[in-house]
Amino acid sequence: MSIYLDHAATTPMVGAAIDAMVTQLSTLGNPSSLHTPGRAARKDIEQAREELSKIIGCAPSEIIFTGSGTEADNTVLKGFYWQGTKQSKKVVVISAVEHHAILDPAHWLAEHEGAEIIEIAVEKNGVIDLVQLQELVATRGKEIAVISIMHANNETGVLQPMAQVVEIARTFNIPVHSDAVQSFGKVSINFHELGLTALTLSAHKIGGPLGIGILVLKRGLELPALLHGGGQEREIRSGTLNAPAIVAFAAAAKAHIPSDEIRQLRDHLIAGIMKAVPDCYINGAGDRLPGIVNATFPGTESDTLLLLLDGEGIAASTGSACSAGVQRPSHVLLAMGHSDRTARSSLRFSLGATTTRAEIDRVIAILPAVIERARAANLR
Amino acid sequence: MKLIAAMSGGVDSAVAAARAVEAGHDVIGVHLALSSNPQKYRSGARGCCTVEDSHDARRAADVVGIPFYIWDMAEEFHEGVVENFLSEYAAGRTPNPCLRCNEKIKFAAVLDRARAMGFDGVVTGHYATTKQGPMGKTLHRAIDISKDQSYVLSVLTIEQIAGAIFPLGDTEKVDIRKEATARGLSVANKPDSHDICFVPSGDNAGWLHDRLGTEVGPIVDQDGKEIGQHKGAYTYTIGQRKGLGLSVPTIDGSPRFVLKIEPKTNTVVVGSREELAITAMYGEKPVWCGPSVTSTPTQGFVQIRAHGQALACTYYFDGRQLVANLESSLLGLATGQAMVIYDGDRVVGSATVCETSA
Repeated sequence: MSIYLDHAATTPMVGAAIDAMVTQLSTLGNPSSLHTPGRAARKDIEQAREELSKIIGCAPSEIIFTGSGTEADNTVLKGFYWQGTKQSKKVVVISAVEHHAILDPAHWLAEHEGAEIIEIAVEKNGVIDLVQLQELVATRGKEIAVISIMHANNETGVLQPMAQVVEIARTFNIPVHSDAVQSFGKVSINFHELGLTALTLSAHKIGGPLGIGILVLKRGLELPALLHGGGQEREIRSGTLNAPAIVAFAAAAKAHIPSDEIRQLRDHLIAGIMKAVPDCYINGAGDRLPGIVNATFPGTESDTLLLLLDGEGIAASTGSACSAGVQRPSHVLLAMGHSDRTARSSLRFSLGATTTRAEIDRVIAILPAVIERARAANLR
Repeated sequence: MKLIAAMSGGVDSAVAAARAVEAGHDVIGVHLALSSNPQKYRSGARGCCTVEDSHDARRAADVVGIPFYIWDMAEEFHEGVVENFLSEYAAGRTPNPCLRCNEKIKFAAVLDRARAMGFDGVVTGHYATTKQGPMGKTLHRAIDISKDQSYVLSVLTIEQIAGAIFPLGDTEKVDIRKEATARGLSVANKPDSHDICFVPSGDNAGWLHDRLGTEVGPIVDQDGKEIGQHKGAYTYTIGQRKGLGLSVPTIDGSPRFVLKIEPKTNTVVVGSREELAITAMYGEKPVWCGPSVTSTPTQGFVQIRAHGQALACTYYFDGRQLVANLESSLLGLATGQAMVIYDGDRVVGSATVCETSA
């Protein structure tokens, strides 16, 4: 029995998305061409764009298709910084728990472009310190080029109070971006209602294909391009539009993710873990995504847990791995007050539309033996 | 058996893993990340710690068809091998880090972890053999003497040898490369690694200088007369002739050699070739790879370098030190090196040379 509990990494494509993609793959035409086949491909893309815009709560023209969520994050963060520097705004505000797709471009901007990065700390529960943000905006609001706070954390599932962030930023008209790659499709998000300036989405986390992301960018705003070329997407993103991936993205977004069922299974898993391993604790509290459980098992190493679970056919995940594949203590858990050791004793189980109760029961059943072995193998 | 195959990304460990699978074992490939800040690319003959090497190991595991994981042993490696390497040099001795790595990492940290996780042993691509006999499982030289690595494995205890699998010991290296090609392993022609893996530049002296500093001190002759200066005693090795930079020649023009390094006074003592000669060596911290050596003098061989000659000797253990009396004298032996005792091709045990005598 193979049990996949790493849906936050990527999740199976839904049938409707596969069908849409395959159909489009056999359709000829560059969407930027002026002839009939070109226009046909363009029509499919624009239809998908409109469908997506309704789900996101934005105007179709506010959607910029990118090659990934990472590309959207890079485009928006660097773009707003470069725009800001024209008015001597050199401060980039992010949270301490951002995904590397925000964290790394931010630090790149600091190292190469003279940006000052200010990280908003999180509380023990994983939620950002709104007081710190408020004070920062009050004292240095005029220097801030952009605020980028993720909508939900990829490791803990903790949701951030974006409406309040937008409210705080409003006084100085500071652009607010949010990376919603993990939360899109799982909890409700409405771009206009939230009052965001920009939003990042990705298809493969909701049953769409790999290699397609969206940057939602408020109408009328211009950002310098990272990729120059044909100017396809508002001159901000060039590259032939990926019609098969775009139509599949829309198909996946229209498919229903059974969030209530997933939430119930998650709670069942948490209860089971707590019972099986009484000294473990769950990371993150309050409003969270329905499908993510991040647990610390004291006295273990997460890579040992991962290997042992994998051997039992259970795919879980540790925090973030560096390029060499070595586990590093998660910066998210460190920011939440963990030590290096306890951060390295943590594991993420993420559930998806295909997860069953039998699978969760099997994980709960096998966990005590796995934890015991992992503890014995922990020589540190 | 359930086995962990330690895969460096080189051809040997790849073939070793493949052979273990073929022998019917249940094998999982593990690459040890030994540097917390790995280089992206392999350079020269140093290789097992770069990102490129871990990629090679992963691809080899794919071809062999086994699961693959990376274990972060950087902390253990730094404490057990790199720090030991530095402190040994600082103390005027010449350590062998590969031996320490086998002792502290591959057959200690990895084997212990593997056993605790329910595995029976560790497979490596070392060129050595084991035999099951009246003495239990014993460690022996490889068939390919030019590649034999039993020297660097001589720090394994009986317990560790029991959990060690060396599938390559019965084969010549050239045939391992052919086998790797036949198996479709892309590392078949990857160059052998020779140098110390954690010194990326290959410049040991420079690397030591950076970490231990440069403290100028005297170079003296056997009578204590200063005849030159050195830039850090630890960069010298006993028996070394080149690079002394002495301005006072000997009376007969014969070359001088490093005889002794005295870290306390930061002095390097030099003398003639004859003065280098030793006939006995004494080792501390002995490890027995089979039955313990006793106080009864026994005929055998001692080897003092990884690929050096086995020298005929009489050896015994006086309860404190492992002693080897050589049949014929030897020129220059650095303390800190391992003295490894052989009974024919069987590794009896080893100790760290702490003293020599003429």
